[in-house]
Amino acid sequence: MNKKRPVNLDISTIKLPITAYVSILHRVSGVFLFAGVAFLLWMLDASLDSQEGFNSIRDLGANPICQAILWVVLAALAYHTAMGIRHLIMDFGVGESLKGGKTGAWLALSVAVVLIVLAGVWVW
Amino acid sequence: MVTSVTSFGRSGLYDWLIQRVGGAVMAAYTIFIVVYLVLNPELTFEQWQSLYNQLWMRVFTLVTLLSFISHAWIGLWAVLTDYLTVRLMGSKATFLRIFAQIVLGAVAVTYLVWGVQVIWGIN
Repeated sequence: MNKKRPVNLDISTIKLPITAYVSILHRVSGVFLFAGVAFLLWMLDASLDSQEGFNSIRDLGANPICQAILWVVLAALAYHTAMGIRHLIMDFGVGESLKGGKTGAWLALSVAVVLIVLAGVWVW
Repeated sequence: MVTSVTSFGRSGLYDWLIQRVGGAVMAAYTIFIVVYLVLNPELTFEQWQSLYNQLWMRVFTLVTLLSFISHAWIGLWAVLTDYLTVRLMGSKATFLRIFAQIVLGAVAVTYLVWGVQVIWGIN
């Protein structure tokens, strides 16, 4: 292979389509969730441990920082799940064209935004 | 060149399938928990504990945890082999990537053991 072929991978000079943005956010949310799951496991642990632990998780609203963390984790989960389902639909051969891919990206993004707002309503 | 020796299923096709099956399991678990909590706004501690005391719920939770660590490993592998490369990081890239994979693998196994303790430690 000719190793001297020109390569342009300078991301700052490339105009990205919506599909690229939802894709990189899918990655970012996934990496974030790997850490965020610690918070969810901690909640499960405390809620199953004792009545006091259960009460503290039920009354998480008393601690605005915990509330905010939970919402951010749920937001990442909602986004990542919506984009994952988009992937599964595309794996079945639906929406694989350029136009279909863009439409799917906007649809999944809309679903994610609705879910993130609902998660906020639920947490607060 | 990046080799695939640290991938999860040792082939792209296996990784592809494992990641999707795991994703579907986690989506099902998430939807189940959200629906359960929405339908039970006055949930009590006893009710919550008895849910997790049932064998099927423990199996469902364990399968979800296993899905999580395999799905995460495959996803993190894809991210690490894309960004911790010789082109972006220089000659130390492989060392950095393997180090990151060891740390993330240790975290993943810790999640699994912790999760098993949570669901089998209910009194």
